[in-house]
Amino acid sequence: MRPLIGLVLALLAALALPFAVYPFFLMKGLCFGLFAVSFNLLLGYTGLLSFGHAAFFGFAAYVSGHVMKQWGLGPELGIASGVAVAAVMGLLFGLLAIRRQGIYFAMVTLALAQMVYFFCVQAPFTHGEDGIQAIPRGKLFGLVPLDNMYALYYTVLAIFCLGVWVVWRAIHSPFGQVLKAIRENEARATSLGYRTEHFKLAAFVLSASLAGLAGATKTLVFQLASLTDVDWHTSGEVVLMTLLGGMGTPLGPVVGAFFVVTLENYLAEVGAWVTIIQGFIFVLVVTLFRRGLVGEALAYWTKHSRNRSRSGASLPSPSA
Amino acid sequence: MITLFGYPIQALMGQLLLGLINGAFYAVLSLGLALIFGLLNIINFAHGAQYMMGAFVAWLLLTYAGINFWLSLILAPLALGLFGMALERLLLRRLYKLDPLYGLLLTFGLALIIEGAFRQAYGVSGQAYQVPKLLQGGINLGFMYLPLYRAAVVVVSLVICLATWLAIEKTKLGALLRAATENPALVQAFGVNVPVLVTGTYGFGAALAGFAGVLAAPVYSVNPLMGSNIIIVVFAVVVIGGMGSILGSVLTGFGLGLIEGLTKVFYPEASSTVIFVIMAIVLLLKPAGLFGRTA
Repeated sequence: MRPLIGLVLALLAALALPFAVYPFFLMKGLCFGLFAVSFNLLLGYTGLLSFGHAAFFGFAAYVSGHVMKQWGLGPELGIASGVAVAAVMGLLFGLLAIRRQGIYFAMVTLALAQMVYFFCVQAPFTHGEDGIQAIPRGKLFGLVPLDNMYALYYTVLAIFCLGVWVVWRAIHSPFGQVLKAIRENEARATSLGYRTEHFKLAAFVLSASLAGLAGATKTLVFQLASLTDVDWHTSGEVVLMTLLGGMGTPLGPVVGAFFVVTLENYLAEVGAWVTIIQGFIFVLVVTLFRRGLVGEALAYWTKHSRNRSRSGASLPSPSA
Repeated sequence: MITLFGYPIQALMGQLLLGLINGAFYAVLSLGLALIFGLLNIINFAHGAQYMMGAFVAWLLLTYAGINFWLSLILAPLALGLFGMALERLLLRRLYKLDPLYGLLLTFGLALIIEGAFRQAYGVSGQAYQVPKLLQGGINLGFMYLPLYRAAVVVVSLVICLATWLAIEKTKLGALLRAATENPALVQAFGVNVPVLVTGTYGFGAALAGFAGVLAAPVYSVNPLMGSNIIIVVFAVVVIGGMGSILGSVLTGFGLGLIEGLTKVFYPEASSTVIFVIMAIVLLLKPAGLFGRTA
């Protein structure tokens, strides 16, 4: 029962928060939170390190921006087309990348994402260094004008919840169990009769689509799609968010995303310091707390409650 | 004007030479990556940053101490080697028992710190570095003008690659290195100090990257972003070649540089993506890479 109460409380807080905190900051956090959650499906639950997730995030941002601005379609169609393109890209990249394992998988995804980056630098529809600017937000289903900050916030919150729910369903299904088996020991999963490539590919496509959803939503919020979104730094950022929050924990990446977004907000004025501090966080997390903020907190919590119950059980025996 | 396939031969040869130079850097950098990966099982994301540092050390030495190119060619790799060994001792060493992905993440973080620090200090506009006096000018070969320095870069890179190959295949130390790559525990049992070997290898890899950086300084401008720009391409080169064989990675590096140069002549729009496209094709046809042993 307790997790349910927590969930309801969190939802209430999310509904009330825009009246206390600047909504655009919250929306940025939600978009990157969803991005990190989608990434975590691969890294945390399947054990695949994609170093090119910015390709899906950023290209979906471009596609939905183009659809909404040049074709004049509504936000729901804009986002849907971004997700669809990201899914197709995920399928193509996934087919290539899962042919190699481990460290090579990371290098292949990074290289493919760099290809997308160079494509975006040259393709006319992305407008090069300028990016697609002043993208109209339009009306959701032709009814709700999204230029209203609160309408926009609740739309973004709904999209975020939908994305997180999809990932939650995926990891708590038999499909998710197979993914975890692949993470723990792929050879054994294969020997049990699972076509692990199919599962890895499905996870990759799902993750890419949700990363696309996050990117398209980001376009809707900031009315901008630019080269920063497809840059390898963005790929690195989502790795950092997931790692810092705690990979393999359902909501750790969201915590990590809000942490990194806050950091960027405060350090935006001081040049390359964001990059330097992000680098230090990487080094710290990898060397000192690999379970991430949420992961370490959970580990502490379980250890603590176990100790308490153990000491309670040992009370009747006085002798040492 | 002489033409070949409808293209002026001067331009064609110029681009081929530029491709060969890029290829030389791909070769030296992927060689270092392969060496480090063989023994440490870590993909050194900081390799690009170390290459950039090499170029910057040369530029700093010249600007603030008046130390010329030739001395920098020795001092910068030495500095980078020491820096690399310190990194290995202090940080990388903690990760050997973990999944190799953590090594990639740690070195990625290091690359961010290094790149960010140099960007903070020197901006992104890039600093010019003069070609050393001895190698200024060029020779007119009739069909093309050959700048001396650029020719020297290709030759020196080839020599370095060959020397490394010889050292690994033909010397006692190289034999130990290969044995430790196969089975470090066994080599340790024979009384070889494997941890020192590992530290030395990482230092050598970093020194190699620094050496390439010094060579690159007069060709490109010395820029904090030069490392991250090249390292991703080098990753693709490594995926294409596979890290199983040293000569293989050298050959792949030069070959891909040439292909990139040719693409610049015949279809310039694709010149920045051609290596990634080749990587995709190789993954489809021969997933282990051209010279790779295991997938």
